[in-house]
Amino acid sequence: MSWLQILFYLVVLVVLAKPLGGFMARIYEGEMPACARWLAPLERAIYRFCGLRADQEQGWKSYAGAMLAFNLLGLLAVYALQRLQGFLPLNPAHMAAVSPDSSFNTAVSFATNTNWQGYGGETTMSHLTQMLGLSVQNFVSAASGMAVLVALARGFTRKSSSTIGSFWVDLVRSTVYILLPLSIVLALVLVSQGVVQNFAAPVVAHTLQGAEQSISMGPAASQIAIKQLGTNGGGFFNVNSAHPLENPTAFSNLLEMLSILLISAGLCFTFGRLVKDKRQGLALLASMLIVLAPCIVMVQLFEQAGTHAQQLAGVELSAAADQPGGNMEGKELRLGIANSAIWSVATTAASNGSVNAMHDSFTPLGGLWPMWLIQLGEVIFGGVGSGLYGLLLFAIVAVFVAGLMVGRTPEYLGKKIGAFEMQWASFAILAPCVAVLFGTAVAVLLDAGRAGVANPGAHGFSEILYAFSSAGNNNGSAFAGLSANTPFFNIALGFAMLVGRYLVMLPVLAIAGALAAKKLVPAGPGTLPTHGLLFVLLLVSTVLLVGALTFIPALALGPIVEQLQMLH
Amino acid sequence: MFKQLNVAARMLLVLSLLTGVLYPLLVTVLAQLCFHSQANGSLIVEGEVLRGSQLVGQFFDDSKFFWGRLSATTPPYNASASSGSNLGPTNPELSRILKERIDRLRALPGGDAPIPVDLVTASASGLDPDISPAAARFQIARVAAARGLPPERVHALVEQHVEGRCLGFLGEPRVNVLELNRALVR
Repeated sequence: MSWLQILFYLVVLVVLAKPLGGFMARIYEGEMPACARWLAPLERAIYRFCGLRADQEQGWKSYAGAMLAFNLLGLLAVYALQRLQGFLPLNPAHMAAVSPDSSFNTAVSFATNTNWQGYGGETTMSHLTQMLGLSVQNFVSAASGMAVLVALARGFTRKSSSTIGSFWVDLVRSTVYILLPLSIVLALVLVSQGVVQNFAAPVVAHTLQGAEQSISMGPAASQIAIKQLGTNGGGFFNVNSAHPLENPTAFSNLLEMLSILLISAGLCFTFGRLVKDKRQGLALLASMLIVLAPCIVMVQLFEQAGTHAQQLAGVELSAAADQPGGNMEGKELRLGIANSAIWSVATTAASNGSVNAMHDSFTPLGGLWPMWLIQLGEVIFGGVGSGLYGLLLFAIVAVFVAGLMVGRTPEYLGKKIGAFEMQWASFAILAPCVAVLFGTAVAVLLDAGRAGVANPGAHGFSEILYAFSSAGNNNGSAFAGLSANTPFFNIALGFAMLVGRYLVMLPVLAIAGALAAKKLVPAGPGTLPTHGLLFVLLLVSTVLLVGALTFIPALALGPIVEQLQMLH
Repeated sequence: MFKQLNVAARMLLVLSLLTGVLYPLLVTVLAQLCFHSQANGSLIVEGEVLRGSQLVGQFFDDSKFFWGRLSATTPPYNASASSGSNLGPTNPELSRILKERIDRLRALPGGDAPIPVDLVTASASGLDPDISPAAARFQIARVAAARGLPPERVHALVEQHVEGRCLGFLGEPRVNVLELNRALVR
């Protein structure tokens, strides 16, 4: 049954992504499909309010400036909402102001599409903060990532052009035509499964055994829909989608898991259509699936085997018709091993970071794959938009390496790749790696860093490494035992998130601008075809080599040592 | 630069209104109209008493009741502060909790049968409403003895409460502990 569920998930994902990808391509090209045309007055009203024209194009610097200005104001708004929530309405549980360092961390976290949660949702945030702060950034940080991807696609398709589109138009179209309608539908289906959606204070139940149980309420479904679709991942409740009121059934779980990768997978098809060669998009999707599928298999195998302690204790660990077996510590019964394995891989391959099981309690080698997928730079599906533009940076490096081998000037999608593109692609690939390794090293050296560790030994190191990997690559999931809600971690992880987001986005936009200004070179006999198996393997090898060489030493000190200790 | 900031401020305002106010309000109104019970927590009301939620587990440690998963919240099954144990696989504390639970189960009637792993591990949320059918069957002898009921009757009750996989292959077969215990009391 486990394997059937995994296969079913992957097939449904691709089947749904294809039409969505085509739909998104038409939105970005401005040829609204009939089913979306009724939203056009809303789009025009937004431009009118902001004093914009839909045909006002921007060069890459202006595009980047708009993106930064918008993200900065969003960040400040989330910070202010948290600090002032005690005085603001929609606060039925009377939450007090959040501390300055935690507010900074959360504001950065949501503006950068990381959605690392240093706080516990139901114990910290008022309904107003969740809606007007966090939910809004869930939409617009996702839309920002999609916008930058579309700008990069224009860099490839335009000839001798000084502009790469309008950030505002790409932002509004992503939000109005794609994220909002999908979220409304998903939220309602989730409610039908039992996800709560109300503005009530906690209710108090009198349990069968005669105790009182206070049950948290709130507008959860609307936030969960977008946190899944927008690869955000910040849950309404502390345990995220493991909470039965956030993810009540196997069906809600399937929908939430599909939503994690849906838009990122769809954007591969979108990219293919935008560059007028669908095979290019398929090659990128194939590269992602080649890495994703084996990781799911590995996690499934290690988690089903259970931990050494469970094996020694002689409890039932094999899956049967009447029980899931396996390492059920930190997993929900209705979801079992297979759904926890799929989710953990999907959420770390994408920079989603939501969880339906506690990664901290995974077996050492079961937890290694999610961490490594984050460290690959969030390019296997990755965040909406950001994953694909990240993978395209690797594609630039891959064609450059191939060009070196045969002694020809590298080109990709008809554009010559020069020193400028290579420099900035390398910079953007390496910046998050530096944030992760430098941050981990500093945290391990300082008392303030070591103090956060919950589990002894190598696992404690893994907790810190996972935290900086997650922040530096804008994932947001955690080995949640780490007490990260301290001034040190809030500030250090906040800066790692800023590096991982903007020191990638800005080089991508610079590359987009440089490519757009170039002429198109017709493909010749010496051109490396970038839609075939050879290129897919070359691209995957580039991603794996960079990821492996950078992080295997660190992983050896964490999960690998722990596995050896566990068996010892 | 000033012009960009001006546009950015207006854009943030209008998108906040759209995605932060209108969107959750629209979803709330539709949810309350179409799925009233689910939108409010799938609550179980017995006469005047709010008994709990179908979806949120409750703490049971009395021998007369079926027990659920271990819960790492304080106190157990605290539905206003969800949490997993977050204990790593090599943590001695995790081994200690595992052994303690196994010893306790072994000492009770029917305790010599193989123990399903979900009965000796903490759930991710601390609020897991379900146990596996195997974990429910494991507890039949104990519950029947504590209640002075014939085991066959308790067994029949358990079988009535086994829910299969969604569409026959999604998720895991399960028994809702609160529903089973409510049936037991009736």
